[in-house]
Amino acid sequence: MSTLHTVNKSPFATQALLSCLNHAKAGDAVLMIEDGVYGGLSGTGMSEIVTEFGKAVTLYILAPDAAARGIGTNRLIDGVEGVDYTGFVELVAKHDRTQSWL
Amino acid sequence: MAKTKKFLYVNRKAPYGTIYALESLEVVLIGAAFEQDVALAFVDDGVFQLAKGQNTDGIGVKNFSPTFRALGDYDVQKLFVERESLEERGLSEADLIEVVYEDEDDDWAEKSAIHVVGRAEIADIMADADVVLSF
Repeated sequence: MSTLHTVNKSPFATQALLSCLNHAKAGDAVLMIEDGVYGGLSGTGMSEIVTEFGKAVTLYILAPDAAARGIGTNRLIDGVEGVDYTGFVELVAKHDRTQSWL
Repeated sequence: MAKTKKFLYVNRKAPYGTIYALESLEVVLIGAAFEQDVALAFVDDGVFQLAKGQNTDGIGVKNFSPTFRALGDYDVQKLFVERESLEERGLSEADLIEVVYEDEDDDWAEKSAIHVVGRAEIADIMADADVVLSF
């Protein structure tokens, strides 16, 4: 049993990503979408904590949202995997439930 | 009849700055009327929704905090409040409104529906739900 978590807010604006990571279970997936993609950036004040949680959960970023914001894959935290919309749907189908962190 | 599903409503917003909290309560009442297994979680600023002494006379919106008390009448017995979120905000269980239900398995004794639990237990409750609705 596992959960897909989605986060759509910048971690510099709200605690949504932090709260999500604090409640996710090992083996869960966290997909950063919309402004949530800023949580996937390397070299920020959040990168270290996101990297640490990335050891227990799988981190994904919605690539079109990252591209829209000028975030190239070379600027992502190691281990953050880009997915397209089809990949998003596949993640939803693969997990037992989806939980949005608004 | 279809199998009853476990619904968890996760509340993470303070009550009046956005419409999330009120909308959540409306949806919870609807879900409860359909006799599903309903639980609520109050995390982060969501714990402010249950604060005692709310008075909205001066801001022209409805104080919906008394409506939480109706949840007991809908047999909603599980309002889980995250202890860490309370503590970060200088609150304790004594600062929260009372929500009670009558336990039919215990001679209709009145019991509190509010359960203050730690973050790890909230995470377990989330992982145990069939459906998670976020507000």
